[in-house]
Amino acid sequence: MQKAHNLKEYREELRETLDNDFLRTTLDNFAIAYRAGRANAFKDMDVRGLIKEIADSKDAAAQDAEALYQEFKKNAEAAGIHVHFAKDGDEANRIITKIAKDADCKKIVKSKSMTAEETLLNHDLEDAGLEVTETDLGEWIIQMRHEGPSHMVMPAIHLSRYQVGDLFSEVTGTKQDTDIDKLVKVARRELRQKYVEADMGITGANFAVAETGGIGLVTNEGNARLVSTLPRVHVALMGIDKLLPTLHDALRIIKVLPRNATGQQITSYVTWITGANECLAAEDGKKEIHYVVLDNGRSELIKDPLFSQVNRCVRCGACANVCPVYRLVGGHKMGHIYIGAIGLILTYFFHGKDKAKNLVQNCINCEACKDVCAGGIDLPRLIKEIHARIQDEDGHPLPSMLLGKVLKNRKLFHTLLRTAKWGQKPVAEKDGFIRHLPMIFSKEHSFRALPTIAETPFRDWWQKNRPVVENPKYRVALFSGCVQDFVYPEQMKAAVDVFAANDVAMEFPEQQSCCGLPVQMMGETKASRDVAAQNLRAFEPEAYDYIITLCASCAAHLKHNYPKLVMDKPSLKLRADAFAAKVIDYSSFVNDVLKVKAEGFTKSGEKATYHAPCHLCRGLDVHEAPRELIEKSGMEYVECAEEEVCCGFGGTFSMKFPELSAELLKKKLDNVESTGAGVLLTDCPGCIMQLRGGLKNRGSKVKVKHIAEAMASNRK
Amino acid sequence: MASKEDLYQQFVEKAQLVSAKVSSIANEDDALEYVINLCGEKEACQLLASGCEADLSDKAEALCDAKQKKVIAAPGLKADLYKKLSAQAKKAGFDCIESGMRDHLAGIDIGFTFAEYGIADTGTLMLDCPGEELRLATMVSEFHVCVLPKSKIKANSYAVEKMMLTRMKKTPDYLAFITGASRTADIERVLALGVHGPLELHILILED
Ligand code: SF4
Ligand code: SF4
Repeated sequence: MQKAHNLKEYREELRETLDNDFLRTTLDNFAIAYRAGRANAFKDMDVRGLIKEIADSKDAAAQDAEALYQEFKKNAEAAGIHVHFAKDGDEANRIITKIAKDADCKKIVKSKSMTAEETLLNHDLEDAGLEVTETDLGEWIIQMRHEGPSHMVMPAIHLSRYQVGDLFSEVTGTKQDTDIDKLVKVARRELRQKYVEADMGITGANFAVAETGGIGLVTNEGNARLVSTLPRVHVALMGIDKLLPTLHDALRIIKVLPRNATGQQITSYVTWITGANECLAAEDGKKEIHYVVLDNGRSELIKDPLFSQVNRCVRCGACANVCPVYRLVGGHKMGHIYIGAIGLILTYFFHGKDKAKNLVQNCINCEACKDVCAGGIDLPRLIKEIHARIQDEDGHPLPSMLLGKVLKNRKLFHTLLRTAKWGQKPVAEKDGFIRHLPMIFSKEHSFRALPTIAETPFRDWWQKNRPVVENPKYRVALFSGCVQDFVYPEQMKAAVDVFAANDVAMEFPEQQSCCGLPVQMMGETKASRDVAAQNLRAFEPEAYDYIITLCASCAAHLKHNYPKLVMDKPSLKLRADAFAAKVIDYSSFVNDVLKVKAEGFTKSGEKATYHAPCHLCRGLDVHEAPRELIEKSGMEYVECAEEEVCCGFGGTFSMKFPELSAELLKKKLDNVESTGAGVLLTDCPGCIMQLRGGLKNRGSKVKVKHIAEAMASNRK
Repeated sequence: MASKEDLYQQFVEKAQLVSAKVSSIANEDDALEYVINLCGEKEACQLLASGCEADLSDKAEALCDAKQKKVIAAPGLKADLYKKLSAQAKKAGFDCIESGMRDHLAGIDIGFTFAEYGIADTGTLMLDCPGEELRLATMVSEFHVCVLPKSKIKANSYAVEKMMLTRMKKTPDYLAFITGASRTADIERVLALGVHGPLELHILILED
């Protein structure tokens, strides 16, 4: 659970978990095994299509939630089930406690339910004198340890067999082995008598099917079947997000949920309960069944035009499985009760701003979660939006406000950058790095060297050196982004060289400025809008065939976010759509549009490996083009492990959480170095800054270059 | 459309992937023989191998001690078949029951059932068990042996949707998809079978 009061405390908590070697190793192994398992489970399936169908059906269900609830209730009641509506967690807990009291229940067995975690149901039941036993193995373990779950699907993933062995020794009063198979059997037998004694069973529900008035439960252990069969009373607690019109909608989700959660084709058990079924422990032979349908802010959420998509979440936990930050710090630090990407969002809505305010800053915006989500939720966007909302409510921190102010004024911004060039003189080394970090950086930032500002920015060079292209095949505009303009102009020059050689006529609109992503990341929505408008005015989209940028982050931001940012200004929106349609990244343009050929390059045979920038591989869905270009430009491409995993830059993220950034970078560089390649290529200047700085710091010989540079230098 | 044989192949492959033990049988008598043999071969209490020597809390011990003889449960079986099974079980020295599952919550050796349908693309059995006895037999047994007529293997869950709806609308109903044995990976992500339900799932595919 999230306890820190401010970012400083939160960072201290993070540091502690970084030192937990067991957790780190487990999560590392898991992340790698998960990726392979998931890919295998979805082999030969149209995953995107399926996710789209789920998103559409869940969106429709959200719009119809009220009617679905009425239909569900009507059908369930007709089949002898009691249906209750709870507006918040407290009310749900009160209803359930009352059911227990009225039916004279003493002992309760529970099968895993995130919704019950959300309402902290166990506390209230125990306060009312009821004995509650979790029967899901992982839940039982953490219940006895008085902890919250650290993963949605594997709640005890943070614990070792030794810790579990010790715990079980305590519980049974006799020393237990640490053999996992044996521990599981101990749990089986200990828990079996809990089922026997219980008079009430509580489950969640994965689906509430309106057309049948029944629920569906997805489990591997089978405990939900016992919990819903043995005790004479059964209560199922579910959020209104579980409502679906038809059985078909549920069957569709089952195609994705287990595959996305654990790489299983299906779980061992899927249980469908409709009506008050037979129960031989009850006087009349019929089970007393109650459905408690919980709102707790959900109906507000589904009315929100942006956040309604949260309703699509099927709680598969995949967004945590792929999150590089979760992988470092685990669920107790990457969430409150719900964890991972969706956890950051749900925490804000279910548990409040105070619990969420630190968590939402801990997202590096790598989009891995969005890419994997079973409901196609744009999780990183929502996380950023919450960050912005919290800042709007609580006031903006000085640095982000200042950056916002500066970026809004292009002239001021560029003057500052030019002045910085003089300011850095005393600490600048000849090799393009700053010797000592300036005072504003603390020691934690020393994991990578920082580059100096270039002698001449690209925009100045351009004015004197722009090539004249006779008979152009294409007319394009260049968008440099601030890093390539002021820090790495050589990357832009390299691109200009290749473009000119391929009959591409270029423009560099002078009025362009930073793309605005940094301020968006810091939650400065207003500034980010202003910057977008400024750039949109600087470009005349109709005049070019393409707008090219060598920065993956800029490209993704220009393409996907600009139209959204100016949505409320109709004239600008049209322009933004036209603009976005023409934005293309360097590799796609050169490989797919210009279709350069290997014949045009000298075959050096040099070994080069590749880092896929998040905003290129996921943001723009570009995968093959850069790898093909490496080969075409005469080098030998060697694949790097975890090539599409974030390098830890994340712009301002690396400033805010240097320890996490350093860890992500370390992993990346270890993988890079073990390829044996002499060159590391990528296509994002931010990544280059991070990777180069890190390699320099560890004294590595590996050279980092933009693909454009490799191509320019090998051009015949 | 996939042929009956293709569906069968796919079902077997997928069920085996989740460690179900699949065999073919020619007729129902073969199924009875299988159950009796299996019950004879298995350890008196399968948990012995991995748990009984470990001490438990007193209550859990007491529950385990309640079990004295090997038990086969076959609730919901056709009367003539049950009679045959019961006679064979008696000869072999096992208890055979079709009701009273609640007196056997410490566990029974074998739960013997018939599936309504098989779902090929995931190797899943569909069992409708509105009756509590049948439901419990599939849960508290250490081995679950289930007969699936070959003709009842359908391509995927959508293909059984209509059938499911028919049953669900005749409330009350309690229907299950069962795929492999009960499993968990909650400790260090290591797969362990038989956490609450059966430790083994045996599927007998009946040529029909
Ligand atoms: S965008 Fe990346 S860092 Fe942020 S929550 Fe998603 S996976 Fe985690
Ligand atoms: S947000 Fe998406 S990936 Fe995360 S748990 Fe929900 S459905 Fe799964």
